[in-house]
Amino acid sequence: MDVLTLSRIQFGATIAFHYIYPPLSIGLGVMLVIMEAAWLKTKNPVYHQMARYWTKVFALTFAIGVATGIVMEFEFGTNWATYSKFVGDVFGSALAAEGIFAFFLESGFLAVLLFGWDKVGRKMHFFSTCMVCLGAHFSAVWIVVANSWMQTPAGYHIVGEGMHARAEVTDFWQVVFNPSMLDRLFHTICGAWQAGAFLVISVSAWYVLKNKFTDFARASLRISLTVALIASLLQLVSGHHSAQGVGKNQPAKLAAFEGLYDTSSNAPLTAIGYVDEKNERVVGIQIPWMLSFLAHNDFHASVTGLHDFPPQDRPPVAASFFFFHGMVMAGMATILISALACFFAWRKTLFQKRWLLWVLVFSVLGPQIANQFGWFAAEVGRQPWIVYGLMRTPEGLSKVVQANIVLTSLILFTFIYFLLFAVFIYLLNDKIQHGPHDDDLIPSGKLALPDELTEHKKP
Amino acid sequence: MTFDLNTIWFILVGVLFTGYAMLDGFDLGIGALHLFTKKDEERRVLLNSIGPVWDGNEVWLVTGGGALFAAFPNVYATVFSGFYLAFYLLLAALIFRAVAIEFRSKQPMKWWRQMWDISFSVGSILSALLIGIALGNLAWGIPIDANGEFAGTFLGLLRPYPLLVGVTTVALFMMHGAIYGVMKTEGALHDKLRGWAMNSIIFFVICAATTTMATLLYVPHITARVHDNPWLFSLVLANMLSIANIPREFHRGKDWLAFLSSCAAMISLMALFAIDQYPNMVFSWPHPEDSLTIYNSASSPKTLGIMLIIAGIGVPIVIAYTVCIYWIFRGKVKIDRMSY
Repeated sequence: MDVLTLSRIQFGATIAFHYIYPPLSIGLGVMLVIMEAAWLKTKNPVYHQMARYWTKVFALTFAIGVATGIVMEFEFGTNWATYSKFVGDVFGSALAAEGIFAFFLESGFLAVLLFGWDKVGRKMHFFSTCMVCLGAHFSAVWIVVANSWMQTPAGYHIVGEGMHARAEVTDFWQVVFNPSMLDRLFHTICGAWQAGAFLVISVSAWYVLKNKFTDFARASLRISLTVALIASLLQLVSGHHSAQGVGKNQPAKLAAFEGLYDTSSNAPLTAIGYVDEKNERVVGIQIPWMLSFLAHNDFHASVTGLHDFPPQDRPPVAASFFFFHGMVMAGMATILISALACFFAWRKTLFQKRWLLWVLVFSVLGPQIANQFGWFAAEVGRQPWIVYGLMRTPEGLSKVVQANIVLTSLILFTFIYFLLFAVFIYLLNDKIQHGPHDDDLIPSGKLALPDELTEHKKP
Repeated sequence: MTFDLNTIWFILVGVLFTGYAMLDGFDLGIGALHLFTKKDEERRVLLNSIGPVWDGNEVWLVTGGGALFAAFPNVYATVFSGFYLAFYLLLAALIFRAVAIEFRSKQPMKWWRQMWDISFSVGSILSALLIGIALGNLAWGIPIDANGEFAGTFLGLLRPYPLLVGVTTVALFMMHGAIYGVMKTEGALHDKLRGWAMNSIIFFVICAATTTMATLLYVPHITARVHDNPWLFSLVLANMLSIANIPREFHRGKDWLAFLSSCAAMISLMALFAIDQYPNMVFSWPHPEDSLTIYNSASSPKTLGIMLIIAGIGVPIVIAYTVCIYWIFRGKVKIDRMSY
């Protein structure tokens, strides 16, 4: 394989693996804030136990997220040096801002969140949890700013020619609030909340099914199902907005998402199907006029097809279509599942519906699939560009790096990441099997209130 | 030397990497010493001495990398693609170091802990060594062509001088880690660490002296710089005095002052390195005219200005809460049930 293919596989694989973890950190961060707030408000020790239990899971996902995240930051320079030179003036600032505003906040207060239980008071601990959560969200902001600029560049001009041409900032706020940034940020963050909430849902549903730690599990389910439903419904709105934005800013991408070759008014939406690239058609169940309506709020609006773009400017259609529709389906499934579960929880019959609890156990995969496929759709759909309309992907490669060297690092990191994933699953499973700690029902150290301290001393 | 934006960013990038060395330096040093302790209890104390802070410390490297990307994209691109395999090894080492801390205490099995102990220690030593090798190559000069691209090979980076700087860096971090350990422990482990701190000081002084000799003999552009600016010897002197002060502070029982002395030694070394390089970021050898400087590889003045505002807002806040967090975790390490 050539250096381009290998570099693309490596970047895709390392980012996909990395992207299992940050959404979990963001989502669990929100869950931790809610759990701890509930504990501070109600003084019910089960919330304290919950916060401590999920803190440990959070630490595990965070550590792997950090470890695999540094790889991403180095990888722009190692494999995509020409790209880095071209965009450094714009793109580098976002990465540096992420370090200064997000990572320091997150990792600094993480120390208090993880190890400060007995060292600081309740309010300081809660404040730290909020800061960790905020830091995780800031990090999403800056990385989405950077990535969105690659999708819809704005606030720059090109200086120099040929090999020395590069993008330079003309308006920083236009760079930050580039046309697709807000849509994509909300979409990413809702996806992350879903990832965190559904992890809690899955583990709690398992406990209910196995009749273990039931008080803990039921209380956890109440919180996590609420967050999941809210995030899933918001995701529906955000997804619709994002798709309209794609139609406006990156029409070739939207056409590829829907496998639309000929520009048409009354364009249909495919519910389920696949693209036959050879014959340039979509095979599957289609809803007439729906794409026109969804993209432009008008059943008769014209949607641009792929034939309006020269062949060298079209993204890979079948792959874009597959990932996009996979994401939509997984996303719809999360909405359906959380709505059903909330409905039965409201009717107070959820815990008798074992089939639904089993569905909840496996629902953890829903947001993960949606998040992964969503990123693949976004990045594959941007092709053949590395920066939309400005630089093609092959042009961004490092000039001095050879295929055999990339192959070496690819093999090394495939091995490392499989190992990490295996250990992660093993430790997570171990944590789930052991369940929450009974000692955690009694806050200790400075976190304990005076009356609890005296109660604790009673035999 | 003029204080334009480029120079300010040269200094700021230097500050970030010096911050990384002073902070994650002791984490890596603790890692390098980890296998010398044999008891599980002692290993846990060492791990937990860096437990709450190591990943905040690693952020200095991430932010340093980000700042380099933003302020000097050509340097970032050339060095990272040029040092490709070395940097992937560094990443692998940092990953094993990081996850070992998190994974080790999650299971009680002996083989499990042994495995992550080795991963933690080897990862730390290899990280320090590779960082040193990278610095050594930058000091010596690397082949850069007229297009600003690296024109050497991976094996070409493993020359004697960079290797020497690599070993010196390991020694420096070991010394720094041992002193940090002295500050954070008590009892038998404390005494043991104090002994190791003294040994690593000797190890470091020998390495540093050898490196200095090699630099003066074989690295003409640095020698010329020092020759033209004799005041640079004051930095060497500051470094030696800082090192000499460490045993003195131990003797007076002021372990934290010993730690600050070690930080001062690092700052003077980094300052010396930076001034020797200025205004080059990457010295091209054997074609000095192709060097990447703070002018030919920088971002636009507008971006440097924006970044300065970002740093001006962000860095003071970061320093403020970092100090608070170190304050919360001050004192000797106590193992409790949230510990690693």
